[in-house]
Amino acid sequence: MTAGQAIATKDLTLSYGDTIIINELDLEIPKGEITVFIGGNGCGKSTLLRSIARLLKPKSGAVLLEGEAIARLSTKDVARKMAILPQSPSAPEGLTVLQLVKQGRYPYQTWLKQWSTEDELKVRNALKATGMEELRDRTVDSLSGGQRQRAWIAMTLAQDTDTILLDEPTTYLDMTHQIEILDLLFELNEKEKRTIVMVLHDLNLACRYAHNIVAIKEQKVFAQGKPEHVINCGLVKNVFGMECEVTIDPLFGTPLCIPYGKGRCILKGQGFQG
Amino acid sequence: MLLKTNFMRWAGLFAAMLLLLVLMSFSIVYGYTDTTWKMAIDAFTQFDGSNEHIIIQSVRLPRALIAAAVGASLAISGVLLQTLTKNPLAAPEIFGINAGAGFAVVITVTLFSISNLQLFTWVSFLGAAVSFIFVYIIGSIGREGLTPMKLTLAGAAMSAMFASMTQGFLVINETALEQVLFWLAGSVSGRKLETLTAVLPYLLAGWIFSLIIAGKLNVLSMGEDVAKGLGLKTGLLKLGGGIVIVLLSGGAVAVAGPIGFLGIVIPHLTRAVVGIDHRWVIPYAGLFGGMLLLIADIASRYIIMPQEVPVGVMTAVIGTPFFVYIARRGFNQ
Repeated sequence: MTAGQAIATKDLTLSYGDTIIINELDLEIPKGEITVFIGGNGCGKSTLLRSIARLLKPKSGAVLLEGEAIARLSTKDVARKMAILPQSPSAPEGLTVLQLVKQGRYPYQTWLKQWSTEDELKVRNALKATGMEELRDRTVDSLSGGQRQRAWIAMTLAQDTDTILLDEPTTYLDMTHQIEILDLLFELNEKEKRTIVMVLHDLNLACRYAHNIVAIKEQKVFAQGKPEHVINCGLVKNVFGMECEVTIDPLFGTPLCIPYGKGRCILKGQGFQG
Repeated sequence: MLLKTNFMRWAGLFAAMLLLLVLMSFSIVYGYTDTTWKMAIDAFTQFDGSNEHIIIQSVRLPRALIAAAVGASLAISGVLLQTLTKNPLAAPEIFGINAGAGFAVVITVTLFSISNLQLFTWVSFLGAAVSFIFVYIIGSIGREGLTPMKLTLAGAAMSAMFASMTQGFLVINETALEQVLFWLAGSVSGRKLETLTAVLPYLLAGWIFSLIIAGKLNVLSMGEDVAKGLGLKTGLLKLGGGIVIVLLSGGAVAVAGPIGFLGIVIPHLTRAVVGIDHRWVIPYAGLFGGMLLLIADIASRYIIMPQEVPVGVMTAVIGTPFFVYIARRGFNQ
C-alpha cells in the first residue's frame, strides 16, 4: 500500500516522572490499515497509544497527525480527525446508548451550531454499523460486556474520524465477543478505509486482524511489519520472554503462536522439557 | 427517571417555577405574626405603615427571596461538585467551604470585635473561597493531578481543621459565641434584603455560567480520557467549574450561614426526576433547592412556635436519612 502515513512520531520520549517509558521513538503508522501494538505487560504500548491520542504529554519529541504536530492543533480539530477509545471506559449511571453515541458529535458543536441534521445522520449510521439501533434507548450499564463495548465503538464512529485508536478493546470480553468486536473493526477498515490502531493482548488475534504489527520492547520498537513477516519464535522469545512454536493458522493462514509450558500433554514425549 | 420526554421536561420546569412562586408567597403570608393573603397584597400595592405590612415587606419578603436564592445556589454547586469530583457524596460542606467561611467569620468577630452583618457577608465569602482554593491546590498536588479521592480527603482535612479552630476560638471568647452562634447554625431569617443584594451579582453569574457549561459537564461525566479524546479542555472546565462553586456556595454561606445537606440531597433527587443530562439537571436542581429550603424554613416556624428552629437543623433532619441511603446504595454497586 502506498496510501502514506496517518500518524508518525518523531523523537518521541515518554516518561512517568523520571522513569522513561518510550525513548526517542520514530514510528510511522500507515493510513487505511489496521495496526496493532503488541508487547509484554508494562512495555509501554498503552502509554504510547495514549500519547498518540494526546492524553499524555510527551517528555520530548512530537506526534504528527497527517503530517501536523498534534500539540499545535486545537484539541477539537484533533478530535475531528482521530478518535480514542480508552481502556474499559465507564459511562455515568443511567446514560442511554443514544445519549452516549450523541456525545461523539461534541467536536462538531459550537455556540452557533448545536445539533444539525448531519449530526443526526452520523449518529444513526454509527448505531447501524455497530448493530446498536435496537438497543438505543437502553442504559449503558444494563448492557452485556460485548454490547457495551459496541456502544462505545459507536460513539467513536459518530465522531466521524479517519483514524480510530482503541486501547485493549477486547479486555474482559469472552471469546465470542472478542471476535465480534474485532470483526466489526475489520469491517470498518475494509468498507470505510478507516485507519485503526489498537493495543491487543492476544497475539494470535493480532496476527489475524492486523495488516501491520508493532512489537514494543525496552522503550523501543523491536519489530514492525506484516504479521507473517515479523512474528516468529525468535520475536516471541525476545518480546514476551516466552518459548513457543509458530505455525500457520489452519483457517486464516496467518501466524499462530503455540506457547510451551506445563500442562496435560497427551502426545507422549512431545511435551516441552524446557 | 420520572420525566422522559423533552416536552414533559419543559412542562415540569414551568410547573416547578410556579410552585417556587407559590412557596415564596406561603413564606410571605404564614408565620408567627398573623397575616392574611389580602394583607400581603396590600403591603405591596397600598402600604399603610401597619405592623403587619412592615413585617411583610422588611422581614418576610427578604426571607423568602433569600431562602429561594440560597437553596438554588447550594443545590447547583452540589451538582457541579458531584460531577467535577465524580463523587456522589460531594457537597459544599464536605469540601471545607462552610467550615472555611465559619472560621473566617469567627476570627473577625473575636480578633476585631466586628459584629456588622454586612461585613460578615464579605468575610465569609472570602473564607469560603480561600478554603476551597486550598482544597483544590492540595487535591492537585502529585503526579496524577486532581483526583476525586485526593480532593475529598483534602476537603475532609480542611473541614476538620477549620471546624476545630473555630471551636477553639469560641471556647476562649464567649462574647463572640453569642454573636456568631445564630449565623453558625445556618438561618435565612433576620437578614436584610441588602445582605442578599450584596452577593446577588455573584450568585447570578454562577447560575448563568453553570447553565453555559452544562453541555460540557455531560462530556466530562463520561470520564477524563474520553472527554479529552472528544476535544474537551478538561483542565479549563474544572477551573471554571471551581470558580462557579466558590461563587455559589461562598455567596450562599455568606448570606445564610452554613446550611448543610441541600447540596447532597437535591442533585440526587433531581437526577431521579429528569435524568442525568446537566442541561436539565442544573435548572431543575436550582428550582428544587429553592423549594426545599422554602419548605424547611416555613416548617421551622411551626415546630416549636413561638420559637423557631434554625433552618440548618431542619435541612439536616431531612438530609441525614437521605445521606445514609445514598451511601448504602453507592456501596452496594
